[in-house]
Parts: sequence; structure tokens; C-alpha cells
Amino acid sequence: MDRPVWAPQGIDLDVPSVSRMYDYYLGGSHNFEVDRETARRAIEAWPGLPKIMQTNRAFMRRAIRFALSEGVTQFLDIGSGIPTFGNVHEVAQAVEPSSRVVYVDNDPVAVAHSEAVLAGNDHAGIVSADFRSPPDVLRSDEVERLLDLERPVALMVVALLHFVEDRDEPDKALAAFFDQLAPGSLLVVSHGCMEGAPARDGGGRLQKVYEEASSPLVIRSKEQILRFFDGWELVEPGLVSLPHWRPDNPPEWEDSAVFTGYAGVGRKVGHLG
Amino acid sequence: MTHSQNDRAPAVSEDDDGLRRFATVWARVVYQATQTSMTRHEFEEFLHPLATRLNDALHAQPFSALPGYDVGETLVAGHCTSPEALPQILGVLDSYLVLYGGGPGDLDIDEARSRCARLQHTVAAGFSRSLRERTRSEQESLSRAALAAQTAVEEALHASETRFRTVFKDATIGISIADMDGRIRDANGALARMFGRSEDEMRRRNVNELVHPDDAPEVWRLHRELVRGERDHYRVEKPYHRPDGTVLWTNLTVSLLRDAEGEPRYQLSLMEDITERRLLHLRLRYEATHDELTGLPNRTLFAERLERVLGSSEEERRFGLCYLDIDGFKAVNDSLGHAVGDQLLVSVAERLQSCTPGPDHLVARIGGDEFVVLISDPSGREEVTELARQALAALATPISVDGRELSVRASIGIVEGRAGDLDPAEVLRSADITMYRAKDSGGNRYEFADPDSDARAIDRHSLTNHLPAALERDEFFLEYQPLIRMSDGRVDGAEALVRWEHPVHGRLGPDRFIPLAEHTGLIVPLGRWVLEQAVAQACGWRERSGAGDQPLRVNVNLSPRQLHHPDLVPDTIAVLESAGVPPSSLCLEVTESALIGADEDELKPLRQLAELGVEIALDDFGTGYSNLANLRRLPATTLKLDRSFTQGLQRHPADPVDVTFVEGIVSLAHALGLAVTVEGVETEHQAERLRELGCDTAQGWFYARPVAADDFVRGWTASA
Repeated sequence: MDRPVWAPQGIDLDVPSVSRMYDYYLGGSHNFEVDRETARRAIEAWPGLPKIMQTNRAFMRRAIRFALSEGVTQFLDIGSGIPTFGNVHEVAQAVEPSSRVVYVDNDPVAVAHSEAVLAGNDHAGIVSADFRSPPDVLRSDEVERLLDLERPVALMVVALLHFVEDRDEPDKALAAFFDQLAPGSLLVVSHGCMEGAPARDGGGRLQKVYEEASSPLVIRSKEQILRFFDGWELVEPGLVSLPHWRPDNPPEWEDSAVFTGYAGVGRKVGHLG
Repeated sequence: MTHSQNDRAPAVSEDDDGLRRFATVWARVVYQATQTSMTRHEFEEFLHPLATRLNDALHAQPFSALPGYDVGETLVAGHCTSPEALPQILGVLDSYLVLYGGGPGDLDIDEARSRCARLQHTVAAGFSRSLRERTRSEQESLSRAALAAQTAVEEALHASETRFRTVFKDATIGISIADMDGRIRDANGALARMFGRSEDEMRRRNVNELVHPDDAPEVWRLHRELVRGERDHYRVEKPYHRPDGTVLWTNLTVSLLRDAEGEPRYQLSLMEDITERRLLHLRLRYEATHDELTGLPNRTLFAERLERVLGSSEEERRFGLCYLDIDGFKAVNDSLGHAVGDQLLVSVAERLQSCTPGPDHLVARIGGDEFVVLISDPSGREEVTELARQALAALATPISVDGRELSVRASIGIVEGRAGDLDPAEVLRSADITMYRAKDSGGNRYEFADPDSDARAIDRHSLTNHLPAALERDEFFLEYQPLIRMSDGRVDGAEALVRWEHPVHGRLGPDRFIPLAEHTGLIVPLGRWVLEQAVAQACGWRERSGAGDQPLRVNVNLSPRQLHHPDLVPDTIAVLESAGVPPSSLCLEVTESALIGADEDELKPLRQLAELGVEIALDDFGTGYSNLANLRRLPATTLKLDRSFTQGLQRHPADPVDVTFVEGIVSLAHALGLAVTVEGVETEHQAERLRELGCDTAQGWFYARPVAADDFVRGWTASA
């Protein structure tokens, strides 16, 4: 039977993917030339990008360890992508082998890759869903299988919200997750910003690169990012630049490029039902 | 740097202390070039065992550079994957390993440097080999993931396509998808079957070619709007040609499919075959709008068409209507039977159709023997007249029915005018009135509608309609005109005359409404009311009159319908008895024409009344076909000579012919034992002559006009 001419197209590997570009920034090879080409242009616009990504990765690692220290061993990582290393389950299960991790991504390649990586890991799984549809995430088989929503969960939206436009109502999605998560749950956020942008309008050029890659980059102010924590109680030290969030190394050791972008962790207060 | 050193446990040996320092330097230099998410301290801990292995290798006897491979591989595994990291890694080895390291048996410095160089070579090779392997493996796993994802998407698509295909293929409604140029890209089996073509044939068609002459006027405008992207869908009933020459009728819904950018891409047509339903609908509609017998349009269709023609908004548009009724059709039905009557109607229908070939003419049968021809926008009165003339001519040729040659005569009422001047009901009423005018003029002719005739007829119509309510509301009243005994000039009695005090038209004489009441049958209750009133009045007069006086008689008119009413005798007796008036106080006036042709049975009620003592006067005598021979057998007691005979006596000298007539009739009446009353006496001379001629009683303005009962009592009963 012929494929109907009006049928939707499948995966277009000629379109750069932010997941694979992220992997490229982190030195991975889970990427195609189209991803690398776009990523190279992004780096050209903003040479500090790989370091920022690495710093973001380090923040995530610290946040996971913080969650574990708080007794939170369930992780819901949305927009997980396909990075080479330092994934949530690696970090968490290295410290607490019983940690449960559910990854969520809307990129079919990232989902397929995660499935391959996680094969045989009984404590981790991947859901093909979109942050913008919380019910698709929360009612998925994997969440059902791996997470106990009566107990606290660390909701990881790391380097994700700057790809969600206001018209897609990220605040509503976060509120939907908030409603379904138990008290004691944590919200882990990092978000790009343009403060400290390199000269010659690097920020604008970076936005243009992502725009062309069909993944518009939404740059928000600190106040706007803080609003994502509505309902959550920010833990110390609040919403700060990536290296300043509970640092392992003295922040002054860091490359100056990485002080752009904010990171913070919120806690849902209240009593466990 | 010192910070991390302070956190560390003290070195366990001097060698190790040196390697610790080496690892610290190594970590500081390489850390910046790695992508690891380890902290620098962790990274230092990660490098320390590697430093130890390299130092051990450096001092081993015999020397082997092989551990360098492992170290290079481990560095890659620790995410030192940037090519920029390699010079940093090797640079620190080159500068510091020999310096910080140490071991059993001091090496010659040249030998140490040589060994260090060889270890760098293997580290670089291990690093490169591992990086290449890692890159390959990641590329492979990514490709596999991409393939898996694509397969999953394809499978999902395939599943959805299969579902869709099943829907598309098995749907009972026809589905086609065309591009924006109208080329049909896909069509399902149902559609192909509807069109009586193969699916491939359908795919070679262009929707823009699928024009049908019966397309609704707006179809292609809607389609153009859709193609321009101004409209997202439309729904119409649309016909299509089928290769076998038949027509496919569909309920068609066309929807615009846009791409992700909102640009029009395809037009999706969903169609349902409504040919059968439409045929059924048409048949039902045909049956509802056509006469079963003749196949002509019926009253319903005619009414629709008339409304459309009259409702036309076009300026100066005219219409013509011939309203035709067969003369004497009832007689054909009654004498030859309904079957013959029906055949005759069928033939009439055919003849009428033969005179009206154009689409501007509508011939309809709107009642038993009533036909109409409606002409849209005739050129003028002449065209309509010509049509009426042709219709009569067409019917004049004898029609052969059941072995008989029947000649059909008909009356036609013609209305011709400007659309918009009259509404359909007015046109029909006018046509009907006019047709009856033609019929009253003898039939087999046409007449033109005339506003004055219409007005009169409408007037009659209105009065007729209001008669029953008038009786209930007591709008009728009686006046009395004295009857004078000629022998002594005294009052003998009075004729009761009914009047109608109409709320709108004022006082109406009996000539305006008695024929209508007679026509509708209301004359029976009205007549009884008159009888009751008059008899009650006679009773009143009796009570007032002196003992020796001859009691006054009251004359009451009886219409033909009353005359034949079965309750005439009992009603009359009841009225007399209830008033306590002897029958001789009542005189019933019957027109001569009402009795003409009456057989004995029909005369019986009158005879019974006469035998009871009720006087019977023959009214309007001399105006009908006076049958003198008949006079003998009628139960009349009085002749009332019509005023036309006495008019000649008003002149001086009197008309000798009239004198002779009156003389003759009086002598004839007296010979038969009948009294003679004359009407219309207006002058003294006339009265004198009539008295000389032997008339018994007289009535007329010379004596008195009709007056109200009370006035009559004041003016006349005293003298009676």
C-alpha cells in the first residue's frame, strides 16, 4: 500500500537536535554532523557554551547529591537528552543504589538511546512525553512502575525551561507537577540567561542559531525564573549562578564564562499524607 | 591548590608524597580541558592511581611502556575526551613524572627521560585508540538509537496509516484528496463505486472538471474561496456525471487541509451518495405536488409557483392566470358515472397541456373540475386572452370517452396584471369570481377580472360570512307595511319585512342578504325568527284591538328553501300555538317561481298549512312563467300582483294594456276563488283605478312605507 501523500513525516535527522547538541558540548559523539555544525556556530557566537554546559552538568550532580542527602531517592528528569556521562541514574545510583530514576524526553532519538542505555537497569526508565503535558508524564507506565508519588520526588528540569516558550505555559505545567508530587519533593531548575554575554551581540546570535534549529531559546530574567518556584520553598542559597549553588570547588576557580545562567532548588513543604 | 592539599591525609611515603604532588599538578592542568563533572578534588583522586602506575612502569625492570596504553584509555573513560586535553596530559608527564616520581634503584636520568618519552607514546596511543573506540561506539549507539526511533515512528505511522487506510478503504462514504490544482491524488473504493469508475480512473481526474449543469450556483464560488484559503470547508448537494449517463447526487463536504505553516495543501472531499434518497424525495415531492389522476401539478405546486411569480422582485414583471371550470361537469359525473368523468378530466388535462407548450406556462388541476394555467411574464393581455381562446377551442372538439363523443364547455376567469400588485389569495379569489361571472353569463366563455365585479362579489362574500353571527347578535329587525282593504280603505294586515342593522354597512334591505341566506341555508333559522317575531306582533295587535274588530293579519315571506324544509309545518304550527294566534292571522307569501314545477309532494306542506287556515299568497305573480293552468291546483288563497303590472296605472290616462291585464287577472283570480293584492301603489289615481278594477287589497307608498312595529301600532291599529 502506498504511503498517503499527506501523511506526516517521520524523524527528520537533517534537523539539529538540542539533545545531541548538548552531548556535543559535553564532548560526546552522540551527534550528527548537522548537530555539530549548529553547535559549532553556537559556540562561535558564545565560546563559553561548552564550559557552561559542563558547569550545568556539575550543578545537576551536586543537586542530585543534595537530594539524596535530604533522603529523596526518586528522580524525575525531564528533558534528559542523550549526554555521554554523568546521567542522573549514574550519579544517584553510585551513591544510593536503590535510587529510582525516570527520564522524560520528547526527542524520539533521545528516547531510543536512553532505552538502550537503560536496558537491564531495573531502577531506571525512559518515558516518551513532553514537559508541556504533565499528565502524559505522570500517568506513564514507567512512572507508575518506578516512582511512588506518595513519597518525595526530585523533579529535574535542568537546562529545559529556556526551551519552553511562555505561550506553552511552563508555569502551568510546573503547577500540575507540583500538585501531584508529595510534600518534601524537590524542584531542580537551571535556566540560561544573557547576563555576561560575550561581546558583539553573542546572545542575540546564539538565539538566532537556536531559532534556526527550530528550538527557540527563551531568555528570562532572574525575576521571571524565580516565578517558576511559586509554591516551592527555595532552599539555600536560593537562585544563584551555576557555580555558586552549593559549590564543591571555590567558585573563583571556575572559568568566568560559566557565571551566566541560574540554578536553584525548591522544596514542596507540608506534611506527608 | 593549597586548599586541596590541606584537606588531604598526610603522605604515606616519600614516593607517594611526590606522586600526590604530581597528581595535583596534573589535575590542575588537565581539569580545564576535560568535560568531566567530577570536582577537581575528585579528578585528582582519579588521576593519582594513574600517576602511580606510570611511576611504577617508569622504574620497572625490565622496562615496559605497555601500562601507558591503559592509562590513556582510563583518561578517556574519565571523560578527558577533548583532543586539547592530550597535550596537557603529556606535557605534565614530560615535565614532572621523572621529577616527582621515584622508586627502587635510581635510574640514569637519560634512561628515565627516554622511558618517560616512551610511556608518553603509549599513553597517547592508548588515549587515541580509546577515544576512537569511544567515538565509534557512541556514533554506533546513536545511529542505532536513531534507527530504532525511526523504526518506532515508522511503526507508529504505519499503524496509524493502516488504521487510516482501513477507514479510507472500507468507509461507505466516498473520500478523495486532491491537491490545490484540483488533481485527485487519492480516492477510495466507495468514491470510485459511486462514480462508476475505477480508483485509478478517479486519480486521473481533476475536481475542477467535475462540473454538472445542475450545480447549485454557489458551488464553484465556495470552491474558489476554499482554494484561495479564505474558507476552510463547505457543504453542498452536488450532482456528478456517471459514465453510464446517469447522475450521481451527493452530499459533498469539502475541507481544506493546510500544512504546518498554514498554507493550503490539499482539499479533502467527503461525499455521501444521496441519489436514491433524492429520487425518493423527488418522488414524494412529485406525489405531493401532482394530481394523481391527470399527472398535472396540483394545487400545492400551483400555489408555490403562483407565490414565486407574484413575489418576483423584478420590475414590471407580469403574470396571467386562466381559471377554468368545466360547465356542467357534475351532470357528466352524475349521469355517466365517475369513471367517465375521470376520463374526461384526463382528456381535458391533455388538451390544456397541448395549448401550453412553454416552460413559462404551468397547467395545474386544483380541484375536481377546476384547472388553472399560470403564465409567467406574458407579453400582455392579448397573450392570456389568446390562451383562453385556444383552451376553449381545444376543448370544443368532442372528446371520445367510453364510446361517447363528449363536447366540453368551460368557463374561464382571467386575471392579468403586474406581479406584486395582488397577493396569491387575492389573485385566486379574483379568478374564481371572474370564472363564476363567465359561468353566470352562460358559460363556454372567458371573462376578464374586473375590480368592480370583484368588489361586489367580495361584498357578498363578506355579508354571507357575517350572517350567522348577525342572527345571534340580534342585528335583524322587522318593519311592517300595511295592507289596505280597498273596499273600505281600512287596514287589513301588514307584511313583515326583515332588515339588517349591519354594524359597518348600516341598514340593509332584504335584497342584499336574503339571497345569500337562501344560498347558505341560514334562511331557515332566519325565517323561523321572522315568523316568531311577526306572529308575536300579530298577537300584540289582537290584544290591543277592540272586541268587534276584525283581527289584523300578518304576512310573512317564505323562501324556496324554507318551503322545502321538512320542519316547515310543525314549526309554523308551534309558533302559532305558542303565541296563541289563530292560523287565519298568518299569511305566508310564496313566490310563484318557487312553486313552478312543484309536484304534489312538494306542495303538500303548503296544502296542510292552508287546510289549517293559514292564508297562502302567491307573491310576485306575473313575473315568472305564470302557468295559469297550474294555478288551480296550488293551495293559494291570494294572488299578489307584481308592481310591474300596476306601474302603467300610475299614468293618466292609464296604460290600456296594463288595465286589460289587471282586469283579466283579477277576473281569473276571482273565478278561482282567490283574492288579489296589488303592490307598489304610489298614487291616489292608481289606487282608485285598481279599486275600480276589483282588486281586494293594496300595498304601497301611497298608503304607507314600511315602519317599525311601534310606529305601526301608533299609526294604524287605531284605525283598524
